Amino acid sequence: MVPLSYYLVLSAILFACGIAGFLIKRNIITIFLSIELMLNGVNLSFVAFAAQLNKLEGHIFVFFVMVVAAAEAAVGLAIIIAVFRTRETLNVDRVNLLRL
Amino acid sequence: MLALILFFIFALLCVGGAINLLVQKHPINSALSLIVVMGSLALIYLLLGAEFVAAVQVIVYAGAVMVLFVFVIMLLNAGEEERLPHGSRVATMLGVPALIIGLGIAAAVVSHLAGLDRIAIGGPTVMNGENVFGNPQAVGHLLFREYLLPFEVTSILILVAIMGAVVLARREEE
Repeated sequence: MVPLSYYLVLSAILFACGIAGFLIKRNIITIFLSIELMLNGVNLSFVAFAAQLNKLEGHIFVFFVMVVAAAEAAVGLAIIIAVFRTRETLNVDRVNLLRL
Repeated sequence: MLALILFFIFALLCVGGAINLLVQKHPINSALSLIVVMGSLALIYLLLGAEFVAAVQVIVYAGAVMVLFVFVIMLLNAGEEERLPHGSRVATMLGVPALIIGLGIAAAVVSHLAGLDRIAIGGPTVMNGENVFGNPQAVGHLLFREYLLPFEVTSILILVAIMGAVVLARREEE
């Protein structure tokens, strides 16, 4: 059997990698992938605590996080497509004006 | 003991995939390494006895969401990431400290929870030869009784997200 803290450490490492990718990367799609990585890290700690406390509510929360992440991915990728149509770039440093 | 070995194998795969996501320059390579992370996370969920969550992780995350990502990367023909000389340096400089702080928090969690480590967790709660803790039946009972209203609200959220995605990605008529 695996101790709880191992799961929490893995979840923290995934979350930290997500934050680092969010800040370091300049490609808008990779930044979006880093957000998904952070969400996955949080989901892991939800499931680990659900097993620790023997409560199923953690699994329900993971389900809702996944639903919101799917909705966010659909809308976010649509925004990326719209940005790419007008700017012809995916680099966030080149997207620095609200107007066209 | 077997659970510990399996956990370490999949945890190493997870961390390797996450670091590969940071190192790779091309977004398609980052997306594929994120699929590795999600697949091994699904197996870690199985180690925790969360069958339903593991299945949804593979079907929704590694399946639907990542297919969407890969599709958009190929649709936009995204090339290697370019670095502009006048680009945001602050964010890049913050990235490495953020990683170190995150790992520091992880270390703090370990030292704080050292007392809890005697309670080892994981593995399905077996009753009459069946996993009764995280199986779809148990989750479904909870989801459709106590959490029925939030569940219905998510369907509206998904509907609004679909309509928003269609409106945003539509080509405007000249």
